[in-house]
Amino acid sequence: MPRRDDIHKILVIGSGPIVIGQAAEFDYSGTQACRVLAEEGFEVVLVNSNPATIMTDPELATATYVEPLLPGPVTQVIERERPDALLATLGGQTALNLAKALYEDGTLERLDVELIGADYDAIQRAEDRDLFRQTMTGAGLRVPRSAIAVSIADAEAAIDEIGLPFIVRPAFTLGGSGGGVVRDATELATVVGRGLRASPIGQVLLEESVLGWGEFELEVMRDHSDNVVIVCSIENLDPMGVHTGDSVCVAPQQTLTDKQYQLLRDQAITAIRAVGVETGGSNVQFAVNRATDEIVVIEMNPRVSRSSALASKATGFPIAKIAARLAVGYTLQEIPNDITKATPASFEPAIDYCVVKWPRFAFEKFPGAEAGLTTHMKSVGEIMAIGRTFKQAFAKAVRSRELDTEPTFGSDGELLEAIAVPGADRFDLLLEGLRRGLPVDEVQRRTDIDPWFLRQLQELVFEEETTTGERTFKSVDTCAAEFAARTPYYYSSWERPTRTHPANEVERGDRPSVVILGSGPNRIGQGIEFDYCCVHAVQTVRESGRDAVMINCNPETVSTDYDTSDRLYFEPLTLEDVLAVCEIEQPEGVVVQFGGQTPLKLAAGLDEAGVPILGTSIDAIDLAEDRARFGALLDELGYTAPPYATARGPEEALACADQVGFPLLVRPSYVLGGRAMEIVYSVDGLRDYLERVGTKPDAAIFLDRFLEDSIEVDVDAICDGTDVWVAGVMQHVEEAGIHSGDSACVLPPHTLGIEIIEQIREQTIGIAHALGVVGLLNVQFAIHGEQGLHVIEANPRASRTVPFVSKAIGLPLAKLACRVVLGETLADLDLPEVTERDGATGWSAGGGHVCVKEAVLPFNRFMGADSLLGPEMRSTGEVMGIARDFPTAFAKAQAAAGAMLPDTGTAFITVANSDKAAATGLAALLDELGFRIIATRGTAQAIRRQGIPAEAINKIGEGSPHVVDWIERGDVDIVINTPVGTGARSDGYEIRTAAIAHGIPCITTISGGIAAARAISAARRGAPEVLSLQEVHSGGERLGAGTPVAP
Amino acid sequence: MNDRPAYVLLEDGARFDGIACGAAADAAVGEIVFTTSMSGYQEAMTDPSYAGQLIAFTFPMVGNYGVSAEAMESDRIHARAAIMRAAVDSEDAGGRGRFERGWLGWLGDCGVPAITDVDTRALVRHIRDRGAMKGGVFDGAVDEAQARSLIDAEPDMTGRDLAREVTPREPVILGGSGEGGPRIAMIDTGVKLSIVQNLRSRGATVELHPCTASPGELRANDPDAVFLANGPGDPGALDYIVETVRELIGGVPVYGICLGHQLLCRAVGLETYKLPFGHHGANHPVKDLVSGRVEITSQNHGFAVLGPGGSKTIDGDDAVRWETDFGAAELTHLNLYDRTVEGLALRDVQGATVQYHPEAGPGPHDSLHLFDRFVEEIREAA
Ligand SMILES: Nc1ncnc2c1ncn2[C@@H]1O[C@H](COP(=O)(O)OP(=O)(O)O)[C@@H](O)[C@H]1O
Ligand SMILES: Nc1ncnc2c1ncn2[C@@H]1O[C@H](COP(=O)(O)OP(=O)(O)O)[C@@H](O)[C@H]1O
Ligand SMILES: [Mg+2]
Ligand SMILES: [Mg+2]
Repeated sequence: MPRRDDIHKILVIGSGPIVIGQAAEFDYSGTQACRVLAEEGFEVVLVNSNPATIMTDPELATATYVEPLLPGPVTQVIERERPDALLATLGGQTALNLAKALYEDGTLERLDVELIGADYDAIQRAEDRDLFRQTMTGAGLRVPRSAIAVSIADAEAAIDEIGLPFIVRPAFTLGGSGGGVVRDATELATVVGRGLRASPIGQVLLEESVLGWGEFELEVMRDHSDNVVIVCSIENLDPMGVHTGDSVCVAPQQTLTDKQYQLLRDQAITAIRAVGVETGGSNVQFAVNRATDEIVVIEMNPRVSRSSALASKATGFPIAKIAARLAVGYTLQEIPNDITKATPASFEPAIDYCVVKWPRFAFEKFPGAEAGLTTHMKSVGEIMAIGRTFKQAFAKAVRSRELDTEPTFGSDGELLEAIAVPGADRFDLLLEGLRRGLPVDEVQRRTDIDPWFLRQLQELVFEEETTTGERTFKSVDTCAAEFAARTPYYYSSWERPTRTHPANEVERGDRPSVVILGSGPNRIGQGIEFDYCCVHAVQTVRESGRDAVMINCNPETVSTDYDTSDRLYFEPLTLEDVLAVCEIEQPEGVVVQFGGQTPLKLAAGLDEAGVPILGTSIDAIDLAEDRARFGALLDELGYTAPPYATARGPEEALACADQVGFPLLVRPSYVLGGRAMEIVYSVDGLRDYLERVGTKPDAAIFLDRFLEDSIEVDVDAICDGTDVWVAGVMQHVEEAGIHSGDSACVLPPHTLGIEIIEQIREQTIGIAHALGVVGLLNVQFAIHGEQGLHVIEANPRASRTVPFVSKAIGLPLAKLACRVVLGETLADLDLPEVTERDGATGWSAGGGHVCVKEAVLPFNRFMGADSLLGPEMRSTGEVMGIARDFPTAFAKAQAAAGAMLPDTGTAFITVANSDKAAATGLAALLDELGFRIIATRGTAQAIRRQGIPAEAINKIGEGSPHVVDWIERGDVDIVINTPVGTGARSDGYEIRTAAIAHGIPCITTISGGIAAARAISAARRGAPEVLSLQEVHSGGERLGAGTPVAP
Repeated sequence: MNDRPAYVLLEDGARFDGIACGAAADAAVGEIVFTTSMSGYQEAMTDPSYAGQLIAFTFPMVGNYGVSAEAMESDRIHARAAIMRAAVDSEDAGGRGRFERGWLGWLGDCGVPAITDVDTRALVRHIRDRGAMKGGVFDGAVDEAQARSLIDAEPDMTGRDLAREVTPREPVILGGSGEGGPRIAMIDTGVKLSIVQNLRSRGATVELHPCTASPGELRANDPDAVFLANGPGDPGALDYIVETVRELIGGVPVYGICLGHQLLCRAVGLETYKLPFGHHGANHPVKDLVSGRVEITSQNHGFAVLGPGGSKTIDGDDAVRWETDFGAAELTHLNLYDRTVEGLALRDVQGATVQYHPEAGPGPHDSLHLFDRFVEEIREAA
């Protein structure tokens, strides 16, 4: 069957903000889908609330809606656009659940929209755990014994039937959210309870445990004519019990005999047919007992997934791209294999190398959280390494991780204890154990890891296998060299030199090349925003007539799609590996300013090795990053910065604390990733802090005066060395002290006056000149009530806000900056003129619309960790709200972030003394909106004094029914709680945790509360209209912020 | 692993160094072919079709799960050597149901030399570009000139009758599962056990005859069909079998797989030719023109049958026809990788063949149903 011509307009739903279990891989698949559908001549309508995605670049769709992924807004989009079909299998669980909802509420039928890819019944059969079991059993496949429970009682009753331990899996959640293992009856209530709450339909599946069995995944594709192929098999090194997303994995599978593997293959094919996924990719997970040949089916995702992205990168078979073609009618045979061009996609890739995937964790950012790995995914990113052998790939993977913390090893006994419990550093401990000579069979007994892997790791720690021979570059070609590869997708391997044959496969061509360094594994603080910038840089380099060369090791991203760059090197971002690529590329230069801190850290080394760095110089980078040098620079410019000191060791810290002045923001230089940043209010507080973080003798400790109740501002600008263009000035909603990455921000600023914005623009321009920036610059300011404007820091690189600003103003900042980096001047870019008003408001887009960026936090994944915001970043992703006014945009952003604001009900308020005055203002607003106000005694009194009715309720200490009881009873609809110091396990902590657990919006700043109140009243005026980026930026609306300013 | 140096030398002088493993031997020479199959190394080594050949495995780690009785495709190893990137002995691959012993130890006991640590990808790209050729695996101590003369002494694959080397001396009769199944006389040019098993499990009684068996000997127990097995070497060198088959066609249904397919085609007057580097792997898409399905198939052959009008490839996906000495033949299977002939059916007399391996072993099971089709046809005719 060729392309369907009965459909013309297709609605594609993205996956929204980056959250644990649903990350950049869906930008990769969504982007591929949009491209393909456009190539095929369809009109594409896209909805995705995440601005930091390539798929939401306006040129990828006919209409791009950055709107909340909720039935309401999406229905509006359908009503406006009237698409013929909805493709929901490329936007992860979010898109799938949304499609389900739209089908169930009749919207799709009413507006006659056809679900393509997987229809409703197929989605049900795969996603409803019970239906899935029936379907599999019906098809003759074995699934674990199990029972459905909608209550704790059900679960208790089921024990005899399925035995202990058993697995708890909530229906319709992603990444196993809310799942867990019940080992004995005492855990039952807690684990099952959590599961029931996590499931949107209050249903959990209790399942026979196959802990310790081998875990395997097969990536399956099926077309309309019922042809099925297996793209790749993936084997988890961690046995069943550790979520595949948290497991170290290898592709293809290594330990099954051909007969065992073919059985899995047969079963995967049976599964996709039984579930009835008409076209596209699915992922089937199995547990295999290698000793007995028993196989059980664990689950199937009727859509592209994290694993399918991995499989695509591991094989060169672009699953999402092909799934999109299949969805519009093509058969596998009709689609050419991009890489060979000569052969069709109806085949199974043959691999002649080995791929290792390694998860990236962030437990250090969530003190108190359970750090064990279970059936509930906790990793925030991943890396992939390709090597000719397992050992080479594994060693590369270890190199690719860029860890912020080194694991610590105890005695042999402790090691053996530790590896028995799956945790973030399990394999580091395991390698250390093997290095110390712990016997393989002992390690196997404790970990259930297959002996083949352990034997390989044992060899790895004893021989230097990876470095024998020469480093050569080989290509990923889907066919083990049986056919010539046309797509340059390379990895390095160490091979014995062959006298008669060139082992190196790179075809360099003779065009000049520019190397763009990617940002490595997604992690908190360095996420998809930076991949977005790298992809734009690559596109710009290509447009400039040069070959764009990408080096990165993150399989989730668009940057590692083989058709993003001219040549892709799937390599770790270490100096050694990058230099090896430069060796054969002999590039015109390397671009380090788009990939976040990762490339920046390599800049100096590259420079020493004589590799030209394009754009901002090494010295300028150092000038901005060295506190002393940067401080001096600000003094020269006459700009104010918070008083600061750099102390060597705790003694000195205590000594210079007073001269800096309390409150202090303290951070030790030796803890990486901006971690362990805290605000202390007194000498005792400081002493306590220094003890807690543990200090090294004479390592530097940074002290800054903490500016209380200050407004934080973020600025992104481009400088060509002479001229400066200020692209956007963003005002944060939360006050300074909440990390810029975690606070909501508004463009244009919603309360700042003209003068202050002018001053901000001037200082930004001044700093850009003084540093000698060529490319992007991000400056963060804090505006203090009395002391006015302060410079907090300047980052001479792409910032987290670049995608947001680009979408807000309708100009691609990273592309513009890259053109400057490649030698053009701002004048060449003919940026739009700025008007009086625009310049004054720091607004670059004009057109009278307001954009709000809101952060999305992973606290629901880290039970036990405090959900307080602070100077250390903890969000995983972001969403954007666009509207004609601030409150509406803010409401959209909140809804998109999953913190649906109540339209009425009961508000619970409890605030620090310093906030009591401000809290009464907020209470007044909520009262006007008709909220019933309850508060803890002190707060209640303060509010009543202003003549606003407020009921006092008990603190936890004051006995039941206390505030947490109220929350658990479901009698609270919104919580306003500002922190009283950081007394761990304080009432505040209990309150916030309870709120998170029950999905009640919990606002921890007064300013955030006021914004919320305004948003609620705006929502009363009816559902906000949906707007597409194309219409927002159409016509003359687009206006520049900065007329280039000469020095 | 001991580190005795060894090397692969090809007849065109290309050399790839590595480390000796498996049985100690100065040299093993023959035709060097590569397989892209990612598992099933034991099945490959024991497949008689590999007689006279050295197998280069494109999959780097070979030996991961050891060896076991159930994975034997015949009673012994037929390939002359294994060429690998990273051989694994895994003597201790224990805890696996079928595991019996380590891979390299087994090769050693079977007296089969092997080489590891070879840049097999460079080797494969060389063969892909220059075509399959003679070569050998040599101990580091053997000097190149001597190695060369050994290679030159080795006869070419074209014109080579290797069936005689792997065929049984005496007929063997193997009963089928259950009563009253069809009786099949197999011309055993080196049949794989999984072919025999697939026929027997469908009730067929299988007689394995020496490849030199006369039409009379084959007809002796009046079989319901004659089956032409897979096997090594050049179909062009087996005219005595072709003659035998010509006498059988029409009288009794004739079926063939792989070499058997080529022989039946020659018997009805079609031509075979040598492919540049053959098909050896488990991922080739083959379109079954009867069902319209694309199946992922197991492949292992160096020769192929010419299409109608002597063309090496077939353009459309239609069931094109040949005019043969026995009436019309119709294309039933087509390779979507290089569009070569993968199977055909005789329309005026009963007979059908496929070039690939529906029995898998190793490889995907997509085509097992073909045995149902064959056995069904044989039953109906009986
Ligand atoms: N019956 C079971 N016994 C032991 N572990 C299990 C069982 N079922 C699932 N798991 C573990 O839990 C993880 C998550 O389960 P899965 O069904 O894949 O949910 P998700 O939708 O989160 O991927 C799996 O990767 C596996 O390691
Ligand atoms: N002197 C200060 N006064 C108030 N808040 C500050 C001060 N310095 C930093 N912060 C807060 O801490 C956050 C992180 O500090 P920053 O220097 O930007 O570290 P990072 O390099 O992690 O961005 C800022 O976003 C701001 O909210
Ligand atoms: Mg899963
Ligand atoms: Mg900052």
